[in-house]
Order: sequence, then structure tokens, then C-alpha cells
Amino acid sequence: MLESGDTPLLRMTHVDQTFKTKKGDVPAVQDVNFEVGPGQVLCLVGESGCGKTTSARMAGGLLKPTGGEVAYLGKNIWDMDSKEFIDYRRSVQYVHQDPYASLNPIRSVAATLTAPLLKHGLAKNRHEAWEQAAELCRRVDLTPPEAYLSKFPHQLSGGQRQRVAVARALTLNPKLIIADESTSMLDVSIRVGMLKMLGKLRDELNVGFLFITHDLAIAKYFGWSGKTAVMYLGKVVEIGPTPEVINNPQHPYTRALLNAVPEPDPDLTRTKLPNGGLRSSEIPNLRELPTGCTFHPRCPLFEAGCDKVVPILAEIGPNREVACHVTGRDTRSQTDSPTRELAG
Amino acid sequence: MGINVADATLEPAKGEEPHVSEEVVKAKGVGPIRGFFRELARSTSGLIGFIIVVLLVAMTIFAPLLRGNLKPTTDYWAPFSAAHPLGTSGQGIDTLAMVVNGGKTVLLVGFGAAALTVLIAVVIGSLAAYFRGWFDALMLQVADLFMTIPQIVLLAVMGSLFRFDSPFWLAVIVGALSWPVLMRSIRAQVLTLKEREFVEAARLLDLGTLRIVFVEIVPNMASFILINFIIAVTNAIYAMVGLYLLGLAPLAGVNWGIMVQDGWTNGAMFNPDALPYILAPVAMIVLLQLGLILLTRSLEEILNPRLRDR
Repeated sequence: MLESGDTPLLRMTHVDQTFKTKKGDVPAVQDVNFEVGPGQVLCLVGESGCGKTTSARMAGGLLKPTGGEVAYLGKNIWDMDSKEFIDYRRSVQYVHQDPYASLNPIRSVAATLTAPLLKHGLAKNRHEAWEQAAELCRRVDLTPPEAYLSKFPHQLSGGQRQRVAVARALTLNPKLIIADESTSMLDVSIRVGMLKMLGKLRDELNVGFLFITHDLAIAKYFGWSGKTAVMYLGKVVEIGPTPEVINNPQHPYTRALLNAVPEPDPDLTRTKLPNGGLRSSEIPNLRELPTGCTFHPRCPLFEAGCDKVVPILAEIGPNREVACHVTGRDTRSQTDSPTRELAG
Repeated sequence: MGINVADATLEPAKGEEPHVSEEVVKAKGVGPIRGFFRELARSTSGLIGFIIVVLLVAMTIFAPLLRGNLKPTTDYWAPFSAAHPLGTSGQGIDTLAMVVNGGKTVLLVGFGAAALTVLIAVVIGSLAAYFRGWFDALMLQVADLFMTIPQIVLLAVMGSLFRFDSPFWLAVIVGALSWPVLMRSIRAQVLTLKEREFVEAARLLDLGTLRIVFVEIVPNMASFILINFIIAVTNAIYAMVGLYLLGLAPLAGVNWGIMVQDGWTNGAMFNPDALPYILAPVAMIVLLQLGLILLTRSLEEILNPRLRDR
């Protein structure tokens, strides 16, 4: 699905993650497929508990999937020999959500940034490591670097800390950065600056991004040239180029999410349906997923049969896939595509 | 003064980077040594404790110069006078000289035993918590086993069987017996620390297990470890003095524990002239313990960078 036809940096195929708990199995992620290429952005959006972070952790190799395959440059990361895994480990970095937890409180910015450089031989000595750390600070707009390198995390603001976390992720020249809600803890005023900085990294260093967010506005801003995947209860329900997904959402859940974005105009807000037009605002329990389409108890387009048959993620246009019986069928009949019947 | 960066080893070579140096000095303000004293001075009790400990250590180091004459005389149990400000012992030795010289073994055994205890506890506790699995299970069993041994009784039994002939072995035995409690609390702390995101970040950067445990995780407990080190010093001193008092440790040489034991067995407490002989070493032990405990108060603030800048 990549335009260039290259092997993608990261490919998730039929990835499952089931957490075993005392109360029963929790299928946090089911059959997730996506891929990210160099310099590309894939935004993963959805409400809390939908499996975004679990997918991101599996992509980052922090969690072993219970099914399916996470492949880096075409090779399953859990089948790699140690040399290949080190290459993967260095190439795929992760920026955590909470910059207050992800930086070691007792280590200065310089110590945080120089440790990986020295450990992996990217800098020959401390002086060189210091220089490179200063360069990384400049890259994430912490200028002048000298003013930041000797500081400890508690002396920095949330935005500055998150920049340090990004700089640390950049130390090993990664090809892919997984940003797990990396901007959601930041003040709105700082967020745009942060996103601009990340966009610059993508354009200048050709870093691919797997960008996890619950905020569609951020997905729209950051992922406009890339793709967006919408997750609901552990499954991808819609995936496509970001402008298409945002401007022409097909899955009723995507529509509801977009509908829930607050409008500054109160008159416009009053025209909105209660619950965003959903039949219910309750999020089903992952342990007792609804039958058929898991969205059917809330879906405004519910039809007979939706509660029986699980919809598959099916192509409805160029690069666009939707898992919905109703809209999938409608779009397909509009485009007169004689393709796949509904599953079952 | 060098360049005052937090991690002084990371400072760029002087001369090559004058600009950086200036900026860094401005950013930080004071050097690590001066910063240490500035923080210490902030808490009065901590400063008093620090002064007491430093004075006692200095007294012990320079004891031979201060009052080195430990030769017995025929002047037994002499009352205090200008020549003998604290009187003399049952062998006619100047009591003040004994007090001044008697701290060496106490301090060596106290600090040696505590260093050994803390070393064992930190290494085993942090690795057990980090790796979990069979190593953790085994070490917990070993710790439980050691904890069920009543220390002072075992020391007494071993003391009567082997007659520790040097303070070194006393330190080793006290140290080797008292690690389990600290090991368990360090293990508990590492269990929570290792789930923190900065540890995950270090793992993502492939920094290496030993580095993650001992450079990223353990220093986060530095103040806890140091305070426990000092508590271990006080415990080791009590254990040792107790052994001396019971006469189970070698009674050769001069130290505060032996003085107390000697005074007790030779009836110093019934002789008003000999009272300083038994009170002075007790006072020194109490003073040392008090100094150590007061010192722990300030260390927390000095070692925690978050508290440091307030």
C-alpha cells in the first residue's frame, strides 16, 4: 500500500494482544494491520481503552503480541537474532506520554543524552558526546543548548522535558518514532510548537512516525500528509489518508468522533444531536464484547444482522478501508464495485 | 574552580569551549563541594551532626599526636588532676588518652560493617528485583534464613567459639549478618522504580542491564541508601560494643567498648574516682551515634536534586 513500493519500516500483520487476568481474558487488540514507511506518518486515533497504546507498545517491541507479526524491514522482530534486534532497537524509538515520568529525575539533560551516544559508540569521547547532545538540543529547539544541558528534569517545564525526551529518542538516529500521546500532557499553547518541531524532524530527517492520539485535531494537524487509522475496542475500524478520513468519514464511529470535536460556535453546537447521534454513550466492556459488529449497540446506522456478523476491514476506495456492514455496502454499491460480499 | 556542571566528568575540555563554560557556570551557580556545605548549613541539626562526626573522626586520626601516651603507671584509679584530666585506669593509664585513642576500632568496625551490609543489600536487592524469577526467589529465601538468626546471640556464640582475633573479622561478621532487612526494602523500592517510564526509556535505548540497574535505578535511592548506611553504622557499633561488654570480643588494645567492659568487671562503678573511666567511653559512643543520626537529616536534602534547589 506504500506508494513507493518499498518494504515498509514497520508492518503489523494480524496482530493480537490478549491480556490474561483473573476475571478472564481481555482482548485489548485484535487483528490490527498497518504499516509505516520512512518519512511517513500514521496516526492512530480512538477513545481511551481502544488499544492504541497497546498497539504502539507492540510496535515498539515493548510487548510481545499474542498473535500475528510485528515486522521491521520485513522481518518479524521476535524472530530476529540479537544483531538484527539491536538494529531494530536502535531504529525504532518511543516517546512516552508523560514527560514527568519518562526522564530520570537524578540525571541531567546532558547525562541523559550522552549515555546512549557513548554506549553505542556514536561518540568517541565525552567531549564529542557533549557536542552531539548540544546539536540534539538545537534540533528540538532547546536553545541555547548550554543553558539546558546541565539542568535536571525538575528544572524544566513540561514542554521542555518533552523536547528532551524527543532529543533522547533521536540520539540513535532512529528511522521510526512511536509517539504515544506525546503531546497530550502538554499545554495547548506548547502543543503546536511541539508538533511543528516533530514535523520538521519528519521532513528533514525522513523519520517515520507512528503517532498515537485521542485528539483528532492533532491527527489532522500532524498527519495531514499521512494516514489515519481509527481504532475501536481493539480493532481498526477505518483507515485511509488523513484528509479523506477527516473530511469524508465512512465508519459511523469515525463520524461520531468527529462530531464530538467541540465547536467554537454555540449555535452550531446546539444543532448537534445528544450523544453525538449515538444510541448509547456506554463503552462496552472488553471482557464482554458485543456480538457481531462491536459498535452495534451504539451505532446510529444499526440494521438487523449487524449484531450477528463481524464486519471485516474491506477496501472501499483507493487506500481506504472500512469495517462496516452498512456504509461499506453503500459505498461499494455506489462505486459499482462487484467485490467481496459481506462476510458470512 | 572547574566548570560547575552537574556531572562534572562531562564538562568540555577547558579552553576549547570558553563560551560553553561561561554559560554553564551561569546556569548552575555553585560547585558541588560548596553546594554540599551550603545545603548542610541549611539544617542546623544536620550541621551539628556533621561537625560532631568530623570532630570524632579527626580526633581518632590524630589521636597519637593529641595524647599518645598509653603507658601504664603505678598510679591506679587516680582521681582527675591536671596531669590526668579524667583520672587513670586500673592499670594506671591516662583515661583521656584511652578515650582519645579508643575510637579507632569502633569507627573502623562500624563503617566497615555498614559498608559491607549496604554493598550486599544493594547488589542482591536490586538485581533480585530487576530480574525476578529464580534468582529473586532464591535470594528471598536466603534473606529470610538470615533474618531468623538472632544476630547478637549468634555473634555471642561465634565470639565464644572463635575469639575473633581482629576487628576486621568482627566487621565482616556483623556486616554479613545484617543485610537482609535493607536488602528487602531495596528490593521493594526497585520493584516500583523499574516500572517507571525512564527505565523503559533506558531499555529502549539498549543501555545494558547492569547500567540500567546501577546507573539509572539505584542512584534514585541514593539518599535512602546513605541514610541506611548510617543507621547500619550505628547498629554495627551497638552490636560491637555489646560484644565487648559481654567480653566476647578480643579484649586486646584500647577502645571504648573494652573500656566499658573493663570498668564494669573491675568495679569502676563503685569507685567515685573511677567514674570518668566508665562514663567517658559511654559519652563518646552516645555522641558518635547522635552525630550520625543528626547527619542523616541533612543528607536527604543534599542528595535529592529536587529538594536541593528549594
